[in-house]
Amino acid sequence: MSTRNMIQAINDGMRCAMEKDDTIVVAGEDVGYFGGVFRATHGLQQQFGKTRVFDTPISENGIIGAAIGMAAYGLKPVVEIQFADYIYPGYDQIVSEAARMRYRTAGEWTMPMVIRTPYGGGIYGGQTHSQSPESLFTHVSGLRTVIPSNPYDAKGLLIAAIEDPDPVVFSKPKRIY
Amino acid sequence: MNDRISADRSNRPILSLHVPEPPFRPGDEPDFSGMVIPSGGIDAEARCCSTAADTHPLALQLVRVLDEEHRAVGPVGPEARSRHLRKMLRDMATVRIFDDRMYRAQRQGKTSFYMKCTGEEAIAVAAAAACDFEDMHFPTYRQQACSSRAGYPMLKMMFRSIQCGDPLHGRQLPIMYSDKEHGFFSISGNLATQYPQAVGWAMASAIRGDSRNRRRLGPAKAQVRRAIPRRADVRPPSTTRRSSSPSSTISGRSRAFSASPAPSARPLPQRADRLWHRRLRDDGNDALCGHAATRWAPTGRAQPRPDLIEYFSYRAEAIPPRRSDRLPPAARRSMAVGDPSSAEAALFRVASGTMSATAMQSEISRVRKLQKAGGELRRPAGQGFDRIGSMFEDVFDIRPGILGAAGTAGEAREFLGHDVE
Repeated sequence: MSTRNMIQAINDGMRCAMEKDDTIVVAGEDVGYFGGVFRATHGLQQQFGKTRVFDTPISENGIIGAAIGMAAYGLKPVVEIQFADYIYPGYDQIVSEAARMRYRTAGEWTMPMVIRTPYGGGIYGGQTHSQSPESLFTHVSGLRTVIPSNPYDAKGLLIAAIEDPDPVVFSKPKRIY
Repeated sequence: MNDRISADRSNRPILSLHVPEPPFRPGDEPDFSGMVIPSGGIDAEARCCSTAADTHPLALQLVRVLDEEHRAVGPVGPEARSRHLRKMLRDMATVRIFDDRMYRAQRQGKTSFYMKCTGEEAIAVAAAAACDFEDMHFPTYRQQACSSRAGYPMLKMMFRSIQCGDPLHGRQLPIMYSDKEHGFFSISGNLATQYPQAVGWAMASAIRGDSRNRRRLGPAKAQVRRAIPRRADVRPPSTTRRSSSPSSTISGRSRAFSASPAPSARPLPQRADRLWHRRLRDDGNDALCGHAATRWAPTGRAQPRPDLIEYFSYRAEAIPPRRSDRLPPAARRSMAVGDPSSAEAALFRVASGTMSATAMQSEISRVRKLQKAGGELRRPAGQGFDRIGSMFEDVFDIRPGILGAAGTAGEAREFLGHDVE
């Protein structure tokens, strides 16, 4: 049985899902060429190409807003917000747009998208790299918020989140990366 | 301590907060003398602009096709005249009747919200005529004419507005239409929240190598009508769009005269000059010009593309009809670019030069039929918020267990404190 740490499990999860479904795209700050600041997307761009794994500008509102447009089109975007602390500029897009879309359109539009973001402290990140905002999302109807506690769960949970027809906030405790 | 600080700083200028004020408010005599209004006819060079910098002059002036006498002049007019004028004329007349019917329905208490677009209809009419049926609009309210683009029946919209057969079951404001089949994305309001979504749609279209992306027209038209989109609202989608170059057009509308939003001293395209857009400021009352501007949105970086279009117009009427929100008829005539309410007449005049009398009559007859049908609007009993059991109707293919089964009449009575239909 192979052994995986958290990052490797998440990377594996995305890779497995992307091999199976060509509508899945991965986007975020530095997720392409660099493979993500925590290396969660390492090697994905080389394997799946620049149109399926690509970098975005430093604009969380733009990343999540664009993901909503992609999901509306029929893709399954898996976007990374580099640190959960940075998610607030995109909060309105998550809560008022992505989470509400299915209900407000009576099921006409759904938002199959995953917002993947590391959270929590314990890495000497100070106030701007240690927050745990997941509770803000657990109270939002139309949104699923999940947190895996170990690599095994992380891989399965991420694949399930990607396959979910509704938006999922996939938080990961970066202390156990 | 404070005395010492005051003494130390006594020779410094005192700071003051600048609170911006519009040049005139409702009730004031508007003065447009400071505005440069070029004569009709789009400069041919506008079509050859290849960089954002080239479009700078177009962001400062007001691009027009119609002249003061409502004559289409310049190189763009003929294209619209020959191909789309009939549709624009029909849509203009239709949306006027739609507005009239729905305004009355709202005053009769048949619907909660209704937003007339009187004075602004040329903007949506022009965009609707210029877009392909595969294009996706991300509009806001007051864009009723957009839905007629792919033949969405206005009568159906009327009934939806009074929540009669409303497929959204009243979960949106009555005026926030949504129809996937007809390229009308779910409206989130009159905010600029949908700019990045339109960019995302265009990116997805490009990622999938969609044939729409190779059309002359871009696949996504974000027509958010925030009165004056703020630069901060435009920046996130701008940076995202710029990095991936999807074919999308962002347009906003500024009102020259309205109670709440302050008319800006500088046009939006000018304020967005650091956002690398190709920019254009369009006479919002000039349907032919709006049509031409929308047609300028081709695919590919090498093509001229005014990514950011500002339609300069104003709201002639509002609901609720606050007198202060309207521009009095006398003042309308003093509008720099003429009375927007006359946009229909302008179209009519241009059309009369290109269409036969029979064809014109045919168009008018079609619209009148709608007017008659709209007179029968009735809200049936049993519709509305009292139907608790319908709360999650159509939302899920399989309702999640956590939401339980549809509510019973007894449960509803207990919740509401009275019987329900």
